Amino acid sequence: MSTHTEHQAPQGREPLDVNDPRLSRFDIVQEGARRDDIEIVHYEQQVVPGTKAERRLARTIALFFLLTGAAATAFLVIYIWWPWQWEPGRGGDKWYTPLLGVTLGIALLGIGFGILTWGKKLLAKEVSIQDRHDQPSSAEDRRIAGETMLFLADEMGIRRRPLLGVSLVAGLLPVGAVVAAPLIGGLITNPHKNNQMFTTGFKPQDGKKIRLIREDGRPIRPADVSVGGQLTVFPGIDGGVSNRHADSPTLLIHLREDDAQKSRAANAREGHGDYMWGNFAAFSKICTHAGCPASLYEQQTNRLLCPCHQSQFLITDNAKPVFGPASRRLPQLPIEVDEEGFFVAKSDYTETIGPDFWERP
Amino acid sequence: MKRRKFDVAAVPAKSAGALDDRFQAATPLRKVLNKVFPDHWSFLLGEIALFSFIVLVLTGVFLTFFFEPAMTEVVYDGSYAPLRGTPMSAAYASSLDLSFDVRGGLVMRQMHHWAALLFMASIVVHMLRVFFTGAFRKPRETNWIIGSLLFWVGFLAGFTGYSLPDDGLSGTGLRIASGIMLSIPVIGSWVTSSIFGGEFPGTIIISRFFIAHVLLIPGLLVALISAHLGLVFKQKHTQWPGPGRTNENVVGERFFPRYVLKQGGFFMVVFGVIALFGGLFQINPIWYFGPYEAWVVSAASQPDWYVMFLDGSTRLMPAWQIDIPIGDGYVIPPLFWPTVVLPGILVGLSLMYPFLEARRLKDHRHHNLLQRPRDVPARTAAGAMALAFFIVLTLSGGNDVIADKFHISLNAMTWAGRVGILILPPLAYYFTHRICLGLQQHDREVLAHGVETGIIKRLPDGRFVEVHQPLSAAEGHDGHAPALDYVGWVVPKKMNRLGALGPAIRGFFYPIEKPAEAPVSPGHPPVEPRPEREEIGSGESRR
Repeated sequence: MSTHTEHQAPQGREPLDVNDPRLSRFDIVQEGARRDDIEIVHYEQQVVPGTKAERRLARTIALFFLLTGAAATAFLVIYIWWPWQWEPGRGGDKWYTPLLGVTLGIALLGIGFGILTWGKKLLAKEVSIQDRHDQPSSAEDRRIAGETMLFLADEMGIRRRPLLGVSLVAGLLPVGAVVAAPLIGGLITNPHKNNQMFTTGFKPQDGKKIRLIREDGRPIRPADVSVGGQLTVFPGIDGGVSNRHADSPTLLIHLREDDAQKSRAANAREGHGDYMWGNFAAFSKICTHAGCPASLYEQQTNRLLCPCHQSQFLITDNAKPVFGPASRRLPQLPIEVDEEGFFVAKSDYTETIGPDFWERP
Repeated sequence: MKRRKFDVAAVPAKSAGALDDRFQAATPLRKVLNKVFPDHWSFLLGEIALFSFIVLVLTGVFLTFFFEPAMTEVVYDGSYAPLRGTPMSAAYASSLDLSFDVRGGLVMRQMHHWAALLFMASIVVHMLRVFFTGAFRKPRETNWIIGSLLFWVGFLAGFTGYSLPDDGLSGTGLRIASGIMLSIPVIGSWVTSSIFGGEFPGTIIISRFFIAHVLLIPGLLVALISAHLGLVFKQKHTQWPGPGRTNENVVGERFFPRYVLKQGGFFMVVFGVIALFGGLFQINPIWYFGPYEAWVVSAASQPDWYVMFLDGSTRLMPAWQIDIPIGDGYVIPPLFWPTVVLPGILVGLSLMYPFLEARRLKDHRHHNLLQRPRDVPARTAAGAMALAFFIVLTLSGGNDVIADKFHISLNAMTWAGRVGILILPPLAYYFTHRICLGLQQHDREVLAHGVETGIIKRLPDGRFVEVHQPLSAAEGHDGHAPALDYVGWVVPKKMNRLGALGPAIRGFFYPIEKPAEAPVSPGHPPVEPRPEREEIGSGESRR
């Protein structure tokens, strides 16, 4: 067991001649440490070389590394030969991914614990003390650095030749703007092109009213929605169901008789007297709070809940927000039935769809 | 002329010499090899973040080989039968292929996601360690700022990352993000349409998020992490107070070999745990969510955990809309406050904290020694307050799930959050402050009177007192041991800590030392007498 315990301060020790042949390797290490203001105050082997304890530790570490080898081999075997592809009827093999994870995990943990055991148990423990040296630079150095920089400024002579400074700034600013311009200019997009923030797919095209359609594109007759039922509908235009018209999904609700009366009365108060058709009402599905689909309809209370932030809208009162963070009612789509007996939108929404923004009138 | 022999043994020394001739490497190398690093388990929390980042880069590069960042509409024709024939974006289709048609792709995808969650978690825990121990004080304010920025940049990395698959859940998150941008006064609609290239969702956002997620943000992360580590190296790590440890030195181990070996082993362990998680625990099963469609959402739509506090603040915000009656009328929607203003305040506060504290305490000295949280009750209490705030918001981010699982009214959960966010943080402050003071007082008490021994003594007048073991052997002038000074480190409070009452049998699973054997026959004495334990006295001998 080699234990070196020194208690002298590093400054107090004489520098060693590292070429002295009598010095051991550790002496030279200590001398190197001394030059970096480190004092190795305690250095102690944890296991005695040649003992049973050492052999046992070496065996443990070797075992960890061999475990890694075995697990990594298993990973490769599984990766290559295990059936992994999805097949109709059977699905994927439910063990493939877990087995890969477990074998890879064990392989990595094996190396990890092997190295940790090696480092923690087999290597010598030490306590070293190093000076921090976090004092600021000397006043002299500070002065030299400062004066040098000021001298640089003098050499440039900007103070004596103000025209240079002014012209430099005047030249650099536009160049900086040139760097930024393509990025900003390329990205910037007018949000009000085609009045897109205030229109939806239900806007009549060439005076023709837009039909309400289902997800699969079929138009809807009043008899298709039972009393108390609801259906998500889309504008019957090209791409009306797709995300190209992400602001258009609408909830068509067939209200019960007494709820429909309440709803009609509420509509009339707002001057929306003709927005409903029979006992049918249609409201935008896009929440006025953050734009999630407000899609959980509670039939008994006629409340529509947005599952993202739990805003609740009372359908029988113009879809007024009654709970949660939404501050604006869901816009109502005026609907009627055309001569062929299918629902159409009388006009586009008369209020802005979706989350609120600064310039919304 | 005699040909010189080629000396194999001299090759390393010669080539090292040749390298030093050219690069003058020996002196700086000696300094690196010799660097002393203080050790404590809590210093390794930040390492977990670093190691998770390495795993993120490794797995992320793999994913980019198969992911197609495009919103072109395709019809899915992969192995996953339930979605076959469904129109979806190329991004979602390629994410499905990654999960089902790329051999081992799913385990890589899940490892990437778990590593991201671990990355953020370890950043937060590391940040708490740094905060509560005062490691951010001068001269380390810069590193605190870099660390705080790392959290927010990591937040962006996470958000852009989980938006990429363009599935039903992440698309809804993206929709909310667009709503948040829209809510910014004056410029909101312009910002949103510029980022999305028109009206939501447009056709370009996934490509833009992709380049941000794989190039811009990781670049920024690498730069910040390098600066963070470089500063730790330059300024040297803080250390706990203790014997021989001062503000001017570092007590620990030299970097090589033991410290570095332990780091390497720890990295492998972190990597291995992530691999186990990636294989065993499902994360973000995008195939259940379906492609993003503007009209589809399900209940229990939660973001990744580090985004949940913003979701919670959004849910708790009352519907306060500010109308500005100028011209046609302008609006500041309620969404603006919890999602733009609140994070802004949080960033500002966290960046400013070291300077605020130094200003309040008028403390402008260098601090290289850490503080125990109890010794700075005001800071610890403020941290507990911030933590309470964060936890209430995070729980509120999942309040619909809590309401569902525990059969509580959803509205009651929202109101509980609204009340809780106002009441719990101040309560956390008060109680933490009191607990800190109590712990401080107990430390002083033990230093003055000694450790409780559990031995009850009856005095001649009939009173019972507990015997205390003084921590100092010295005798004061009045016959009692003098009170010791508190030095900012753990005070032993149990007799075992003094080595007095060790466990009866040592060993974890099985005893590593056998108790003395009982004598074979009553006639024989024991082979070895039991070692006499020294009696614990009260300082005054009983003789």
